[in-house]
Amino acid sequence: MFKLQNIEFKNILQIDSIELKEHVTTAILGSSGGGKTTFLKLLNNMISADKGTIYYKDKDINNYDPVELRRKVVMLPQDPEIFKGTIRDNFIITEKIADKKHAGDDIYKNILKQVSLPKFLEDKAEDLSGGEKQRLALARVMLLEPEVLLLDEPSSSLDQETEEKIISMVVNYAVKNSRTLIMVTHSPAIAEKYADRIINIESGRIIK
Amino acid sequence: MENGMVNIQLISLVFAYIFVFILLLIVKKKKIGHEQEIILASVRMTIQLVAVGYLLKYVFANQSPFYSILILLVMEIFAIYNIYGRIDAEISLDFKKTIAVSMFAGTSISILFFVLIVIGLEPWFRSDYFIPLSGMLIGNSMTGISLGVNHLIGGFRDNKRLIENYLMLGAEPMYAVEKISNRAFYNAVLPTINSMMGMGIVFLPGMMTGQILAGASPVTAIKYQIAIMMGILGSVTLTVFFMVNRGSKTFFNKRKQLKIK
Repeated sequence: MFKLQNIEFKNILQIDSIELKEHVTTAILGSSGGGKTTFLKLLNNMISADKGTIYYKDKDINNYDPVELRRKVVMLPQDPEIFKGTIRDNFIITEKIADKKHAGDDIYKNILKQVSLPKFLEDKAEDLSGGEKQRLALARVMLLEPEVLLLDEPSSSLDQETEEKIISMVVNYAVKNSRTLIMVTHSPAIAEKYADRIINIESGRIIK
Repeated sequence: MENGMVNIQLISLVFAYIFVFILLLIVKKKKIGHEQEIILASVRMTIQLVAVGYLLKYVFANQSPFYSILILLVMEIFAIYNIYGRIDAEISLDFKKTIAVSMFAGTSISILFFVLIVIGLEPWFRSDYFIPLSGMLIGNSMTGISLGVNHLIGGFRDNKRLIENYLMLGAEPMYAVEKISNRAFYNAVLPTINSMMGMGIVFLPGMMTGQILAGASPVTAIKYQIAIMMGILGSVTLTVFFMVNRGSKTFFNKRKQLKIK
């Protein structure tokens, strides 16, 4: 699905060659500051490599409209912003952002159930706890039905148990809906447990 | 008396500088500092006004479209450099160009509309009208655009994470920054709206005061004041609108990636 060749990004990342397959859950492991988030951002063109080529479905990502690509390859950042207003507002804003048809309350409720967020659509999003906000952010991404989901490791403000719950939800979603998932984590245990493939990145290089 | 106006004697004008000495005494005694800046500002104002007074005297006596346009261009260039000086952050060359073009386009359209349609000036370049009216429109637009630029930069800086979140969900850049640019626009136009609110009650505007002092009927002065206020509002609106719309785009590159670090 993704093919990276001779990638260089500042002094942060250097990748000779790597391929990421469709419908596979890949975990990116490595110590902080090693280039894991940069790796994800390169895949959905939030940043561009200084050198080298990235192919998505055999087409250079520079030949995609960046917005079109980001709607297919959605990234859930480490500390997602929750939009002001209710939980329903968060879904509606997301639909507007991605120029998507209005799904309606039944679908919103169904997604909330999938992410185990037992809240009403009228509830204020700002009042949710850290873990609940992460789940809402995931719910918004699921609403977009992306082909690839890029998950940066949830903020360190979450406890290990909540973090693992969120990761297991994302993995379940990806497997059930035949999506490709690429997730960044610092935990080898989580990577072993949930990923089909593990890639180690240290000091900007992939360690075999 | 000159055209019904009380002329200020040169010696009396010297007395007016007492206020500068009062300010200097206060800042010195209170150890606030900036004495040199105050003296420089007073000297600069005096030299600039004396120079412009004689220049205008010459230009008014020798009416020509060339002089009117030349002075308009000088005012525009000075205003644009003044805006650059008021920006608190490093900005891209592209954004600088946008500011200059917005300022030039917005004020030119407003000045032409104001002079040709509202006042119906004949000939259109009559410098005793064209220059002071253009100066008011340019000066106010300069203040508006400076505010707009600083609010736009601040908005991008403070909301970087939010903008990135929007982009990651597949937003078009202009959709991602819509609220930021709208807020910058509103904050830039707000002082003009506020000054309209207080006008005539809280204060008498400068142009109206000047006309009354020069012997014009208050009713005529009011008509001019209303017209110039509308002209200022139009000019500020257009310049800030152009700047915010084109300026927001300069924060993104061709790959629709946010350029601010």
